[in-house]
Amino acid sequence: MADFVQTLETALAVGSLYALIALGYTMVYGILKFINFAHGDVVVLGAWISYTVAQWCLKRLAPADGPPLWLGPVVLACAMTVCGVLGFLIERLAYKPLRRAPRLNVLITAIGVSLLLQNVGQLDAVFGSSPVSMPALLPNPALVRMSFGGPGSSEVVIGLVDATIFVTAGLLMLALETIVYRTRLGAAMRAVSFNAETAALMGINANRIISFTFVTGSVLAAAAGFLYAMKYPGLNQPAHTIWVLLGLKAFVSAVIGGIGNVRGALLGGFVIAFVEQFGAFYISSNYRDVYVFALLIIILLIRPTGILGTPYREKV
Amino acid sequence: MPHRFVSLTLCVAVASAALSSGCRKSGDASGDIAIGHYASMTGPEATFGQSTDNGVRLALEEYNAAASVGGNRFRLITYDDKGEAAEAGVVVTRLVTRDKVTAVIGEVASGLSLAGADVCQQNGVPMVTPSSTNVDVTKKGDMIFRVCFIDPFQGYVCAKFAREHEPLKAQKAAVLFDQRAPYSVDLAKEFARHFETLGGTVVARQSFTGGDQDFSAQLTSIRSSSPDIVFVPGYYTDVGNIAVQARNLGIKVPLMGGDGWDSEKLTEIGGAALEGCFYSNHYSHQDPSPRVQEFITKYRSKFNKTPDGLAALGYDAARILFEAIDRAQSRDGAAIARELAATQGFDGVTGRISIDADRNPVKQAVILEIKGGVPTFVTTIEPER
Amino acid sequence: MTAAAPSPVAPVQDESLLRAALKGLVVPLCGVAFAFGVWSLEGRVLDAYDTVTAMNIGVAMMLAVSLNIVNGMTGQFSIGHAGFMALGGYTSGMVTYYGSLLLWGTAARQGGPFGAGEWLFAASCVAGGLVSACAGYVVGLPSLRLRGDYLAIVTLGFGEILRVLLQQTNRVIGSREGLAEAKWRELIPPPVGGAVGFNGLPKYTNLFWVGLFLSLTVIFAVRLKRSAIGRSMIAIREDEIASYSVGVNVTRVKVRSFVIAAFLAGVAGGLYAHRIGVNIEPRDAGFQRSFEYIIMTVLGGKGSVTGSMIAASILTYLPEWLRDFDRYRMIIYASLLIAMMLLRPQGLLGSREIWDFLPWFRKRRGTAR
Repeated sequence: MADFVQTLETALAVGSLYALIALGYTMVYGILKFINFAHGDVVVLGAWISYTVAQWCLKRLAPADGPPLWLGPVVLACAMTVCGVLGFLIERLAYKPLRRAPRLNVLITAIGVSLLLQNVGQLDAVFGSSPVSMPALLPNPALVRMSFGGPGSSEVVIGLVDATIFVTAGLLMLALETIVYRTRLGAAMRAVSFNAETAALMGINANRIISFTFVTGSVLAAAAGFLYAMKYPGLNQPAHTIWVLLGLKAFVSAVIGGIGNVRGALLGGFVIAFVEQFGAFYISSNYRDVYVFALLIIILLIRPTGILGTPYREKV
Repeated sequence: MPHRFVSLTLCVAVASAALSSGCRKSGDASGDIAIGHYASMTGPEATFGQSTDNGVRLALEEYNAAASVGGNRFRLITYDDKGEAAEAGVVVTRLVTRDKVTAVIGEVASGLSLAGADVCQQNGVPMVTPSSTNVDVTKKGDMIFRVCFIDPFQGYVCAKFAREHEPLKAQKAAVLFDQRAPYSVDLAKEFARHFETLGGTVVARQSFTGGDQDFSAQLTSIRSSSPDIVFVPGYYTDVGNIAVQARNLGIKVPLMGGDGWDSEKLTEIGGAALEGCFYSNHYSHQDPSPRVQEFITKYRSKFNKTPDGLAALGYDAARILFEAIDRAQSRDGAAIARELAATQGFDGVTGRISIDADRNPVKQAVILEIKGGVPTFVTTIEPER
Repeated sequence: MTAAAPSPVAPVQDESLLRAALKGLVVPLCGVAFAFGVWSLEGRVLDAYDTVTAMNIGVAMMLAVSLNIVNGMTGQFSIGHAGFMALGGYTSGMVTYYGSLLLWGTAARQGGPFGAGEWLFAASCVAGGLVSACAGYVVGLPSLRLRGDYLAIVTLGFGEILRVLLQQTNRVIGSREGLAEAKWRELIPPPVGGAVGFNGLPKYTNLFWVGLFLSLTVIFAVRLKRSAIGRSMIAIREDEIASYSVGVNVTRVKVRSFVIAAFLAGVAGGLYAHRIGVNIEPRDAGFQRSFEYIIMTVLGGKGSVTGSMIAASILTYLPEWLRDFDRYRMIIYASLLIAMMLLRPQGLLGSREIWDFLPWFRKRRGTAR
């Protein structure tokens, strides 16, 4: 029982991270209809920027009793700013000139951008190719200890970091939800997503909306990167395969939930995390990635546009 | 229609000829002996390749500085294999046939060493692998050597220590290995085999994929089997995260690992979570012998970091090779291989190395315990024979 | 672009049977002559390193051309091509390795050029292709329901699942006795080496076999493009609904394109696995390798056979040429890719073939694009 609840808790934390990253994929897909493969690398950048800023601040301040509490939000803000600017630049320089090109070409460009980010990040002058250790900006005491059964049996531990991840991710998603469904800007985004040309005819500046989408997605990615670094302090180097896999899983979450759908990304993130964690716990940890991709294939075969996706009808 | 294929054939032939002539380089005229090194300088395992390369370079520099007039001088050519076996095959072919190197040093990953060993063996060029522990590597032929101990031995060392070390006396062990790294898979197997032969039971076997950052499911499962020790034969890049998460989940028993743990990054990432954990290694940083201390000092001053196990092995591999070439007084592959095979009692940083009939080193292993963030010497375990 | 323009269909020619047969043979014979041609260069003009590079280029060309059948001609998007290659490589490796053990008691090379071993190897490549084609059928089936990116993700999932499954395989059995005594547990999952990769394969691949299979692939691909199936494929690429309404069996053609591409990739995988200095490993099935082939087809131009060949040779050769730049070469490679997409998004040749640029061929006939 304790194990079940513990796995559930992990799945919730990991799921919120997947969902945060998935939002970026889903927003870009919703508007431009292409898979932004470089999105995963923006997450990596977010994590590494957080590390760099935190390290620099700690060296400057050299606090005696651990990092001050305000440092976390500052680092997060820095990472969000840098990634937001980068997201804007990527869209302007690499994707915008290809607005009318076949989608496959944009996808290739995205792969190119992704390779570029990875390999530039790996240079010694940038981030280097060794794993690093993210300083603990948050203490991680156990918030909750639940014990099932008598003393000595294993107990469920919920740490502060997991709770923070859950809350931060939840707040960011709420904010996004509000922007997309409650503001004029969000209405414009949805309009562009529905039909960019008509939206332009109605006086919406589609390019600005697209830039905004990219920036928002990148900012969320930076947040995900920061939270990721908090939860897993051993950061792999930027060109590590595992980052690509993280991006892919987030992308799979977006697809399972119904790509282009903000709530779908949320749902997909949790579904993927649950399948992964429970599969690894109850069946075998050897096949973790298999569960994810097998679930993807099954869901796509049953509901080709994902759980919450709207079935599309083709018109001639 | 046929004309098209004729013209196509011509085009391809011309293109390939043009391409192949593009990149021929004239050999080095300086008379230095060329040594090839292939390693993963980029890609996920870049940190391993770069450490090894640093070790090799340090050895080279030292050696050339000390070389007498008229003595052998060496020059190093390092190629990146991106951590891919196919790429390793290409670069070793290039080293051997284009750059005409006298001997080859390489790889950390066993799969890549196997690929390179094929080429070296076929062309009669001696190859020394610094840190491939898979048994099959040196079975490729009489040109292939190594300076690290092999998986079965290390598995035995860890199992014996876990079973017999005084306060530990583990009865139940859990194993958590990296299913993508052959090194980890084999070490896990060998540990489990020896641990059970010595009377213990392996209560949980879990795996992860190198680079994974979330181990909660595996660790939760391990926790419920309540082992006395958790054997994690991974690389330091993963172990730090594993230790932190294990402690967060309330696993209090020590973790144990192999030489893949050896790096200052380990405790940097793992921090307090690794207190009281053990790992087997080739040597101890605290070993007062001048050989070890001198190496550490020099490495620190040159590269501004503490050497990890891979750097030390790269250093030893290079020095054993240089000495063998000196003794052979020839650049002939077979002669050098003979001298390599005759290496006895070489005083390396990673221990006293003698090469046995299977071209593997016979050397002891040390067990280190992490105390106050520093790996501290506990005991030495001799080869079983 | 408009839907498949009505291209002039060649009138049925009145020829004697013999002449037609001869004409049909000329092209494959050209292929064989090409294979002998490149083989004769091995060791004379080309040193061992050139040979390895040339073989890599040949294998890459096969993979790019085959992927182009799905991605370029049919307009589907597969990101799992490396999976088919790895599957073919592992299958063909099992056939030669365990076949050699059973036949000759050793996995070492048997016989010289065109000896028994080489024929076993050639057969094993075809076997690899067949197994891979079966997988292609399975992966192609979802195209019944899925379009575009969704299908792409399914193929990607296939490659990743295959990679993980290959990691779980058993270790290689080293001798005939071992094989005879092996328990079921050691044979299922198949003993192909797990995470270390399948090593110890006899190294049969040389420029002759690469040349032969490559030229057959190219001849096949070019003829396919001009055949009825090929035209249906192109029609689907241009407009799926329009081609459906004129009676093209869309699903069948899509699945066929997957099967064909997978078969060719499987054969290429067989060649890949038997080169010196390579042991085929699970990560060969992963998405990163698939990306490489996608990039080749896109750079070459969609549906252009010769274009993908040129792109494959450039992209395989470029890293070799940039080798001295070591850490910077992937950066250069990525920048080139982006620049290429921005400056010439239709790829090197667009959807034309190289001979479409030569005036005397262009005059002779209309070209199916």
